[in-house]
Amino acid sequence: MKPVLLDVAGLSTTFPTGRGPLIALDDVSLSLDRGRTLGLVGESGSGKTVLARSIMGLLPAHAHRQGHVWFEGQDLAALSPRDLRDIWGREIAMVFQDPMTSLNPVMKVGRQITESLRHHLRMGKDEARTAAVDLLDSVGIPEPKRRADEYPHQLSGGMRQRVTIAIALACWPKLLLADEPTTALDVTVQSQILDLLQAKQAERSMAMILVTHDLGVVAGRTNEIAVMYAGRIVERADTATLFAETRMPYTESLLASIPRVERPSHTRLQAIAGRPPDLVTRPGGCRFAPRCPYAQPRCAEEEPPLLPAPTPGHTFACWYPVGTPAGDEALARNTASNEASNKAADRAADGR
Amino acid sequence: MAGSGTAHLRDRADALLRVEHLVVEFPAAGRGRKVHAVSDVSLDVLPGETLGLVGESGCGKSTLGRAVMQLPRPTSGSVRFGGQELTALKGEPLRRLRPQMQMIFQDPISSLNPRRRVGDIVAEPLAVWRSGQSHGDVQAAVRAVLADVGLDYDTAADRLPHQFSGGQCQRISIARALVLEPKLLVCDEPVSALDVSVQAQILNLLEDMKARYGLTMLFIAHDLAVVKSISDRVAVMYLGKLCEVAPSDGLYDAPTHPYTAALLASIPVPNPEVRPGVGGGTLSNDLPSPIDPPSGCRFRTRCPRAGQRCAEEEPVLRHCGDDHWVACHFPVGKLGQALSHTGPDAMAD
Repeated sequence: MKPVLLDVAGLSTTFPTGRGPLIALDDVSLSLDRGRTLGLVGESGSGKTVLARSIMGLLPAHAHRQGHVWFEGQDLAALSPRDLRDIWGREIAMVFQDPMTSLNPVMKVGRQITESLRHHLRMGKDEARTAAVDLLDSVGIPEPKRRADEYPHQLSGGMRQRVTIAIALACWPKLLLADEPTTALDVTVQSQILDLLQAKQAERSMAMILVTHDLGVVAGRTNEIAVMYAGRIVERADTATLFAETRMPYTESLLASIPRVERPSHTRLQAIAGRPPDLVTRPGGCRFAPRCPYAQPRCAEEEPPLLPAPTPGHTFACWYPVGTPAGDEALARNTASNEASNKAADRAADGR
Repeated sequence: MAGSGTAHLRDRADALLRVEHLVVEFPAAGRGRKVHAVSDVSLDVLPGETLGLVGESGCGKSTLGRAVMQLPRPTSGSVRFGGQELTALKGEPLRRLRPQMQMIFQDPISSLNPRRRVGDIVAEPLAVWRSGQSHGDVQAAVRAVLADVGLDYDTAADRLPHQFSGGQCQRISIARALVLEPKLLVCDEPVSALDVSVQAQILNLLEDMKARYGLTMLFIAHDLAVVKSISDRVAVMYLGKLCEVAPSDGLYDAPTHPYTAALLASIPVPNPEVRPGVGGGTLSNDLPSPIDPPSGCRFRTRCPRAGQRCAEEEPVLRHCGDDHWVACHFPVGKLGQALSHTGPDAMAD
């Protein structure tokens, strides 16, 4: 039996800072099979980009990475940068957030595509050129022959992102890491690019990790979702299960903060109070507890492990999960004590 | 879409801001070539109202916001603010009006001076406009406005912008805009650089500040869900022209311009059972060049319903429902059907 395509085991990534080590990724494990799409969701600083880059081995030299990244049974974490070069582009490819800075501004886009074709697939000049024009055509760029001879600045943002996708797809990778591929783009272009990624993923039965801060982006377009918070995975499930049986309060809060076009205007949004914790001086207990509407004393003391839910494949890390008696009770207790303290504050204000 | 006209404007006396036939053009490379950024747009905003301006990158929405502030001055057209014609004012009289019109920008980090302390950034407008104030009064005002936006003076005032997150920097920008207690706040994509969770905080904050300071807002963004959430009335813009103007809820209930329908369809829905893009027909390809915009209706090159007439004749905004205006020869949806039945121009007046 072939080993699973990607199996990340106990991956941690730390950056030294003047104040001490910053644990950006803390003991993360996940696996992904061939042809599947995983959405990786979380706020800025939750570690989702660091996870994608740690899988790829694209970290700055001072970063410290521990753990294993098994890709088709081979541990990428043990490979030298030289060996990784045969993996990058060929086996695993990446699409970045900002298409302007991820393209070389002084190289024609055609050549940026033929580079990897000639290196990895040992194509001749003319063969690579034809393949590059075909790739541009397949990612929906009109007049691909003419566009291949243009520079990135001559293209619009959406076109540039199409070019970076063409580069990533050039050598038929088995895994595509798309790191916030549409965050820098307009909503109309965003849906075009997501449609394109989805079509290519299905057509090539390629596995894909789609990194985003917006649960709306991954809802209709992934098989499974992992939600990250402060360097850990806090909930993971099949996409339908995650939305139907949300257990982690953070996932619930993320969903609630999205403005919904079907609600009347001026509907108050459910913002998540506060900010993610400082990853250098992180206190113990559940990392989301200080912002969590369900938090109880236990949450500040003991960190909840990632445990399986009754639905197969669903795991979450929470002592008082959403939609369970324990969670309902915790929420009711917090609501009641908030009301009491508001009343006390009102009385104090009246007394003055 | 992509139409002109002034039928959707309300009574002149009521509006705090009234923009008529606004044109902004920039010189482009090549003899006599021009970028038609804003072409004959008319808008009004009543006191206390939030007008949302929505459209893709390059549609001219930011240019329009800046032209309202006379930064730079529009090529032609009229901008009346509180009854004064801004385009006729210059020098000191225009400068005198500026404290009443403030702006916040898309990138919260680059819109703050990285080498100045937050307390000084927020105090600067007071130093310019109320230079007679004592140090204590200035500090009290800065303390109050920072508290309003959710920051603590004692911990924030002596720090530099890079020590804050993007969301907090946007709070500082809002404090700086509010410290002079303006009447009009122009928000140019204030949340598009932020995460959804922080976006919700900032949108809520803007709603609170609107109530507390009695603001009138022009809110510019590309995300229709965000715009709808905060606005009373929404104007949809495409390649320098208006497509549709309607109350927020009406626009969502009955999108009448094909472009509005496409914008709505491209909003990602956080529900796995909704197949993306189904039902509205998302847009293909890119915005045409504003240097050489299409004849007739500017949207026709991407419009699924475009016909011969769209290339020949520019549609004018016409009434199609309750304070609902559309500039299209072949409008969609229930209001569009009603319009077609009554004949294309029956409701034009």
